[in-house]
Amino acid sequence: MTRYAYYPGCTLEGTAREYDASTRVACAEMGVELVELQGWTCCGASSGHATDYWLSLALPARNLRLVEEQGFDAVVAPCAMCYARFRHTVHDLRDPEARARVNALLDAPVRGEVKVHSLVDLFFQEEQLAALREKAQRKIDGLKLVAYYGCLLVRPPEILSPDDPEYPTMLDRIIQAAGATLVDWPMKTECCGGSLALSRTDIALELTRKLLEDAVRRGANGIVTACPMCHSNLDTRQGQINRHYGTDLHLPIFYFTQVVGLATGHGVKELLLDRHLTDPRPLLAEAGIS
Amino acid sequence: MARVGVFICHCGSNIAATVDVARVAEEVGKLDHVAYATHYMYMCSTPGQELIQQEIREFNLDRVVVAACSPRMHERTFRRATSRGGLNPYLMEQANIREHDSWVHTEIPVATDKAIEIIRMAVAKAVGLAPLEASQVGITKRCLVIGGGVAGIQAALDVAEAGYEVVIVEREPSIGGHMAQLDKTFPTLDCSACILTPRMVEAAQHPKIKLYTYSEVVEVKGYVGNFQVTVRRKARYVDEKVCTGCGTCWNICPLRPREQEDGTVKGGIPSRFEAYVGKRAAIYVPFAQAVPLVPVIDTEHCTWFVKSGKCGLCAQKCPTKAVDYTQSEEIVTEPFGAIVVANGFDLFDATVLGEYGYGRYPDVITGLELERLMNASGPTHGHVLRPSDRQPPRTIVLVSCVGSRDEKAGRPYCSAICCMYLAKHAIMMKEHDPEVEVYNFYMDIRAGGKDYDEFTRRAIEQYGAHYLRGRVSQVYERDGKLVVEGVDTLIGRPVEIEADLVVLATGVTAAEGARELFQTLNISYNQYEFINEAHPKLQPVETNSDGIFLAGCTAGPKDIPATVAQASAAAAKVAGLLSKDSLVADPMVAEVNERECVACNLCVTVCPYKAIEMTRTRRGKAVARVNPSLCKGCGLCVNACRGGAINLKGFTDQQLVGQVAALFAEPLVEIEEPSNV
Repeated sequence: MTRYAYYPGCTLEGTAREYDASTRVACAEMGVELVELQGWTCCGASSGHATDYWLSLALPARNLRLVEEQGFDAVVAPCAMCYARFRHTVHDLRDPEARARVNALLDAPVRGEVKVHSLVDLFFQEEQLAALREKAQRKIDGLKLVAYYGCLLVRPPEILSPDDPEYPTMLDRIIQAAGATLVDWPMKTECCGGSLALSRTDIALELTRKLLEDAVRRGANGIVTACPMCHSNLDTRQGQINRHYGTDLHLPIFYFTQVVGLATGHGVKELLLDRHLTDPRPLLAEAGIS
Repeated sequence: MARVGVFICHCGSNIAATVDVARVAEEVGKLDHVAYATHYMYMCSTPGQELIQQEIREFNLDRVVVAACSPRMHERTFRRATSRGGLNPYLMEQANIREHDSWVHTEIPVATDKAIEIIRMAVAKAVGLAPLEASQVGITKRCLVIGGGVAGIQAALDVAEAGYEVVIVEREPSIGGHMAQLDKTFPTLDCSACILTPRMVEAAQHPKIKLYTYSEVVEVKGYVGNFQVTVRRKARYVDEKVCTGCGTCWNICPLRPREQEDGTVKGGIPSRFEAYVGKRAAIYVPFAQAVPLVPVIDTEHCTWFVKSGKCGLCAQKCPTKAVDYTQSEEIVTEPFGAIVVANGFDLFDATVLGEYGYGRYPDVITGLELERLMNASGPTHGHVLRPSDRQPPRTIVLVSCVGSRDEKAGRPYCSAICCMYLAKHAIMMKEHDPEVEVYNFYMDIRAGGKDYDEFTRRAIEQYGAHYLRGRVSQVYERDGKLVVEGVDTLIGRPVEIEADLVVLATGVTAAEGARELFQTLNISYNQYEFINEAHPKLQPVETNSDGIFLAGCTAGPKDIPATVAQASAAAAKVAGLLSKDSLVADPMVAEVNERECVACNLCVTVCPYKAIEMTRTRRGKAVARVNPSLCKGCGLCVNACRGGAINLKGFTDQQLVGQVAALFAEPLVEIEEPSNV
């Protein structure tokens, strides 16, 4: 059993509760023990890191210090935004001057040596994929899925070190190991427009529509993601897109942990699959997954 | 007491504006050992040099100190003047009061005091100078050219025409290099093979040129004028002396490619010469005009080698019995006086940049692959067809700077040729079929050669190629088309083009194995494994090792005209070197005191020039010995030697200690004058 500090962040307690629930299920299946970090606070994504550079380091640094204090050498942050903020912080704190400056802002100093995992990178290791292939007993090949990475999981590559920033395959391999049918998708890192969702909704709708339509054109009946921002953008805007463009899109968006959960025999309620706005239950029924 | 003469130069106002030269002459004139001190406007001028000569005799001087610029500028000038004055030229010491003093200070009293101190130190060092004799070494009047591309061929022909023997070592089965793969050349659109093959034939038939194809340099020993080079001649399994190049073998090889009626090809092995878009047999010549026209057997595929002894058809059918499966590689060692490195380049591996889909989509190809598809002797007989379905493309997108000017790809430099070859591709595609649409995404158009910009304008204005200023963000397949997403920065909008064929202008990288070759040659190279020229402006064809010259893309991206010009320049340098009967070796080299040496080997390991060897004295004592022809006098071994057994002539420990002592105005040690002056 591998043991990690678990940082859910605000999303996994709010709009992405289903990601939290399915993460716990998937990790239990895969023998990954998650221990929720005691006293965790905001990672500073969006509002924090847009306000001030030092604040953008200090907020994650405080949490990294908790990880160190509570005796872990690695923390898992499933939310792609939290993950990106933590990785940026660890990267920038390697500079002793920056570390000293951030430590001056904290109650107690951080060493900045803990590892930060996105959960995706834990699951796509060879031995984990092999274990998943073995545990994935339920037949889910009726799910024809494309993997969507967006930006936060892969960029900038020198800080996040994905397998290939332009054509990543981490989620693809997890989908395959879980036994779903993988549809190769060149749009996997195209922008979903998440950051313009409120300021330029027209652009966000256009970019999201492009992704959804292309996935359908290639024969996918669902999209898999690992980012609550991507998820909310792709999942919640389909009605709006249909009204605006006269399309008829109904494409369920899954967290990859939900796919792992389904493959290992867990139910819709347990994985909170009934919480998505684009209801995946008709698809699951059609694919013979109850 | 020595008799030192000090000559202080004004260097116009360069020195004299900041240093009170008259006061300096007066002060240093009072120093011990100084018999005479003066100052003059330009010491390097003819009257300045004559002044030195004259005063050496007049004042019976036995040492000369010239306080002027850096020795890098005029050390030779002043040594010659000293020599003409009747002294050994190595009894001159140059003190730098320009770069080290007047140029970096503004206040006259400070700069003047510093000049006095610098000269005081130089005088102390000069007192310890001993006369040195330059030794002479003979020269082997033969030249090795590494690489048989257009650079190597040109250099070899020029050196051979000057009357010296040349050996070209080429690792491919034929000479010709990348230029032989090209269809047309910019900006004249001559057929590349038509202008290159006559040179290849000329090189092969020149009485002074010997070709070692399918061969590699494995070891280089020696020094300028006297290199010993070992070459591995790989086994061709075909006897070069007997083979007539009739083609029977590659036309009956069971693994040969067979073209079907519909134009598709069955069988065959992807050919490196055809940029892997065409195929060949297991016994093959890379192309029809190969020089020498002698095939090689690819033992990784040949049935005889793979299935031990099955087949044997080529040996059976060869009319001259030239095929010999038992042939083994040959190692030859030959002497050379000079070496030209012309090992060429390779192209950037576009699979590294996932966004372009190279390797994922068959219709995303490189510029070199397009050259082969356009070429009449290429796999499609000059009809450009999409690799996926052999249909002629209607819309073609050219992408520049793939692996050039790209920090992300670790390639920040410009590849210098891509803008031009893309313009050529645009023109050629339009020439093949005026109905095709050609789009070119570019960052900037770099067309700085003669007739280059005019050529690009022609592609745009006369042929109607669409030039879009911006980068491509990604290429993907949709409904049988390649979708190219990019941006046109001139209109400020993203653009999407549905293409049939995407051509990537992959950048220039160092040739495979370049680093190992440069290490074998002991020449310096940069982080991209391109050779560093001895001086980027004034010694552009010299390496940092004497007697080793460079030509072509081995020192960085270059087009054909620049490569050929450089090859001829390197040949001129080689001819100049080989025209001498002997070389004068700089006597300021390290010397081992064999009585003190304990043979610890440390000096051998630190020497960057491989100039020190372990050997034995006549009595059998193990000692280190410096080869004075290889030693550059860098002094690393002197510092490394724990027993203080090594001295650098002209920079002895005693001289340097004397110099330091003089800085502090009182002698730390007594300076002893060498007795043999």
